[in-house]
Amino acid sequence: MSTSSVSKGCFVFKPSPKKRKKQDVSQESYFIHDCAGPESGQRRFKLCQDLWKQIETETEVLQDELHRKILDSLLEFSRKCSSARCHGDWASQMRASEIPTAALMLGVNVPDHDLTFSSLSDLLRQSVTPYVVSLQAKECGALKHLLKRVLEGLMETVVAVDDEDEADQAACHVQKSVHCSLTTLCDWYIIKTKKSSNDTPGKKRPSTVTDEPEQLPPVVVVFKDLEAFNPKVLQDFILICSRYVHRLPLMFIFGIATSPSTIQHMLPHSVSSLLCIQLFQSLSCTEHLATVIDKFILTHQFPFKLTEKVLSVLVSIFFFHDFSVRNFMKGLQLALLEHFYTQPLSVLCCRKKAALHHATQLDHGDLERIRLLPSFKRYVEGQEAEEQVNLMTDDSHLKEVCQKLIKTLHKYHKNYYPTLRCLHALTSTLPRHLLGKQIRELHEACLRKNVWEQENYQSAMKLLKMQAKDELVVSLRRCAEILRSVKSKTMKNACEQLEELLCRFQQLDAAVDVAPSEDECVLSPPKNLPKKTDLFQLQKTLLEMNESRRSKKLSPFEILRNETVEFVDGLVRSHLWPPESQPLHEVCYYSSVATVKHHLNASPRTSIQVALSNPDHYLENDSLKTEDGSLSSAAPDICIAYKLHLECGRLINLYDWLEAYATVVSAAKVDPDQDAFGKVDEVKHARFIRAVSELEFLGFVKSTKQKTDHVARLTWGGC
Amino acid sequence: MAGLLEHPGYDEERLKRAAEQLPCREVQAGMLLSLMGEPHQYCYPSIFIYGHRASGKSHVINVLMKELELPHATLSCVECVSVALLFEQVLRSFFGCDVASLLPRSPSLTDFVRIYRQQSPARQTRYIVMEKAELLRDADANLLPALLRLQELVEDNVTVILLSEIVWDTFRPNTGCFEPLLLHFPDYSKVELQQILSQDRHPSFSAELYSFYVSVLLGVFYSVCRDLRELRHLAALNFSKFCEPLAEGKVKETDTHKLWKNIEPHLKKAMQTVYLREVSSLQWEQMQQMEEETGALKGLSAHTHVELPFYSKFLLIAAYLASYNPARTDKRFFLKHHGKIKKTNFLKKNEKTTNHLLGPKPFPLDRLLAIFYSVVDGRVAPTASIFSQISSLVTLQLLAQVSHDDQLDSPKYKCAVSLEFICNISRTVNFDIMKYLYDFL
Ligand SMILES: Nc1ncnc2c1ncn2[C@@H]1O[C@H](COP(=O)(O)OP(=O)(O)OP(=O)(O)O)[C@@H](O)[C@H]1O
Ligand SMILES: [Mg+2]
Repeated sequence: MSTSSVSKGCFVFKPSPKKRKKQDVSQESYFIHDCAGPESGQRRFKLCQDLWKQIETETEVLQDELHRKILDSLLEFSRKCSSARCHGDWASQMRASEIPTAALMLGVNVPDHDLTFSSLSDLLRQSVTPYVVSLQAKECGALKHLLKRVLEGLMETVVAVDDEDEADQAACHVQKSVHCSLTTLCDWYIIKTKKSSNDTPGKKRPSTVTDEPEQLPPVVVVFKDLEAFNPKVLQDFILICSRYVHRLPLMFIFGIATSPSTIQHMLPHSVSSLLCIQLFQSLSCTEHLATVIDKFILTHQFPFKLTEKVLSVLVSIFFFHDFSVRNFMKGLQLALLEHFYTQPLSVLCCRKKAALHHATQLDHGDLERIRLLPSFKRYVEGQEAEEQVNLMTDDSHLKEVCQKLIKTLHKYHKNYYPTLRCLHALTSTLPRHLLGKQIRELHEACLRKNVWEQENYQSAMKLLKMQAKDELVVSLRRCAEILRSVKSKTMKNACEQLEELLCRFQQLDAAVDVAPSEDECVLSPPKNLPKKTDLFQLQKTLLEMNESRRSKKLSPFEILRNETVEFVDGLVRSHLWPPESQPLHEVCYYSSVATVKHHLNASPRTSIQVALSNPDHYLENDSLKTEDGSLSSAAPDICIAYKLHLECGRLINLYDWLEAYATVVSAAKVDPDQDAFGKVDEVKHARFIRAVSELEFLGFVKSTKQKTDHVARLTWGGC
Repeated sequence: MAGLLEHPGYDEERLKRAAEQLPCREVQAGMLLSLMGEPHQYCYPSIFIYGHRASGKSHVINVLMKELELPHATLSCVECVSVALLFEQVLRSFFGCDVASLLPRSPSLTDFVRIYRQQSPARQTRYIVMEKAELLRDADANLLPALLRLQELVEDNVTVILLSEIVWDTFRPNTGCFEPLLLHFPDYSKVELQQILSQDRHPSFSAELYSFYVSVLLGVFYSVCRDLRELRHLAALNFSKFCEPLAEGKVKETDTHKLWKNIEPHLKKAMQTVYLREVSSLQWEQMQQMEEETGALKGLSAHTHVELPFYSKFLLIAAYLASYNPARTDKRFFLKHHGKIKKTNFLKKNEKTTNHLLGPKPFPLDRLLAIFYSVVDGRVAPTASIFSQISSLVTLQLLAQVSHDDQLDSPKYKCAVSLEFICNISRTVNFDIMKYLYDFL
């Protein structure tokens, strides 16, 4: 494969529009290079790109939807503030004119904030005001830079900051650039609003405020990462702005990652009293993740799937490391790319129609690959002898079977997800969340192995068999709703059955109304269940209850309830098989945990160590390979120096090190008997020094004053 | 009291109007007038006015300048991020944009003086008013001395008025300079505040009623706040509540006791909420309109909970331990077999319990990681994500980097969160941090 980079990695090339064509070809060529033939490579590349595009557009829509809510409340806030400003009644004249400030609580998943802010400012531009500027702390180290950013962002011109280092650039600005002060901005704003109100009186702004003839659009300044701003700069900026509130309808948005109390830490009372701060809570990252998973993973419409292990790696990176939905999506992208890249059979991983079509075009190599799939082997073993032979030898027969299997796989997915949702709807309200609070957890459990063989599932079913009627009916209704929207025939059937059951529950109601029976007490046993028990106790109570139940005659409700639970259980047993059970599942499921971990949770230290001790690993040069773990003398200098330094104690004598190095390096020469053998010549000396300073740069050694001509080792352990 | 201001050379009508707007500042305004002299006379080169916040410094000057129509340039030193801006604003307000544009890029004081002197001389005194003059101390060393004797430099009838909250003594450069005339604006007394605040009465209510309202307000707030601006703001925010019983017809204007009983608890609550900006004024007004229990609304400082990724929590805990435990005690806390470290040795009396009083101490990255690996459950690979979490904790200001950004070699950090915060965090991961804190052994 042809990248110039040494490291193994996933390379994303963002094509610049000019070079697009060329770039596309080269990206595609990655897929074509391997053994499966160019056509399949192209097809897979196309599929992969299409899927990713689909993900991208859908996430955008999703983001917009999610932000809509915050935005609406933000809009209302800004409207209220500006209307308070122009009211002109006594109270609003008397009270200090504060700058409306929205404190947006975004959570600590900083990588996601960029997306939030970009969609937020887009929405603001569309619906409130064209004057929006976003600031990032790292661009605003000093007040003048902040002002410059604000002015440039709003006025879209070059702003002069009188800085010595920029003085020489001054010559190139032919037209006189504006001064960096809010006065300039004010003047600009007044001209701008006058113009626009003359030209286009009914701008696109939704004119909900009809009573006020002219409400000027506010100037919104967004501080993306409030915590990182220099407090002094921020304070000064607010002080300046407060002098202009009468002329310039300013509004601030603070993006806060931690907690609102940071505002009070950063701004003294004298400054915070200039602001009218209101809190806005954005969607929590866990909820965000849940929606994303719901959209891309728990649906049959998205042909690409993750196995349980890969999914749990991605999810655990999210919870353990960054809370970042964006990174989760990147992980998904990586898996997608890797899948289509490494699995030649992924041509079949697409919508049903296309997959069937592709199946007819499989060549012999592909079919051989199918024959090697473990899931397919299992399938073959289940067939009769004659069929087995046919499958293994007759290509055209295999193609047909393949189509059939693809159909089954699609059907499986079509039934799997609705059933999963039903099961979740039924069990998520049970005490102690035996099958997980989040549908994600249930999904993982189902992927792992047959869910009905798991202990938790069995206990959950037992609990279901004791649920009070109201609760049970509510969750059943939800199930019915889920099933109703599914188009598959099996699910339609199930839905009908469920509705019938629900009907019978209702009839029961009527019957009970007529003749209130004495088994009221039986209806409410779950109430007696202690809320928090350990599993052992729970089972004991359950057993006892069962015993006592058996002795009694079952009431009609109980009979119906048991029937219902059996029905659900049947549904689960027929549809929630783990994917491994399905022939050809490898086509859709990506399973390489190691790759994902390797790429997403990189450990630089380990890679450096591997690179230094086994240079052949990255250089892919077999001549460097040695059997006994010792180092070839042809290895790069730094590797040799590294290897030698492992044998030393805490302090390393540089001269000894150099001599050892010279000896090893000389061994590479053909003739060991020459005079120069092991001698330190200038070149070797220089190479050695370079190797040592590289090691120092990597943090393995450092110079020390404890002993002359020694360096200190910074790592422990050796050979 | 109106009409107290008088000075030859100024229109009496105007003086009267000015005086009306300056209750309780007659003395200072009169003093200023006499310093300024008649318009065409030269005034003292520089005047330094100081007094606490909202003691009417800007107000008095503005009223005088506006009402007497004196040529002036008012600028705030916060805004003048560079001297160029300062010069430009002065030139623009005196001579218009054309002259201001004569200034070269990065102008020096000499440029300014040169351009100023090219302009026609003043027919009456021009004033340069500089707010927040204390910031001039941080500007170029020669700027303040030059401004103080600008009259001499430009050879024109110009006076610089400096406004500041700080006394002159802290300004004086050690090289010495021209001494400005000092004018102090004392704080307003309670009576004066009452008088000033009563002036902005609501047009649809009687003056007496409003004056009573102000006295109630001052009764509650005077002990904590004497800032005129703040008081006026609070008065405006709460007046509608005060008038509520009147509007409903329950109470008569004269029944002051009932009015007081109605408003007093409300004002007390305002003191803990809006006044501290725990609740914004907008929310406060909404709360009043809704008339429901306001307890539901949490103030800003009530939200302290921060949700963090799992390992970030442990990193933060490790950072806290590293910041508040002496490094030599690490062995005792984190080594499984720390052997015999004598208890008496271990606990040095004077060192104990003081770590939390002294605040967080810096620690190197290595120590943070060492503690992290010993407190976190299970094996954690030293992946890039762990390291990037440290830097995100720094951007979130939960950790503070002590060493300079450029220092790649063993950076140092401090933990910047409170004990309460870290206790909450440790509770969520079932880590008993108290057992590991030296101060609480
Ligand atoms: N004597 C007064 N009569 C009426 N209003 C006053 C008087 N003194 C001050 N104010 C009002 O109080 C507010 C604050 O006054 P001002 O801005 O002059 O304070 P300041 O001394 O300049 O404070 P700072 O040091 O913060 O600039 C102004 O809105 C002003 O109108
Ligand atoms: Mg002032």
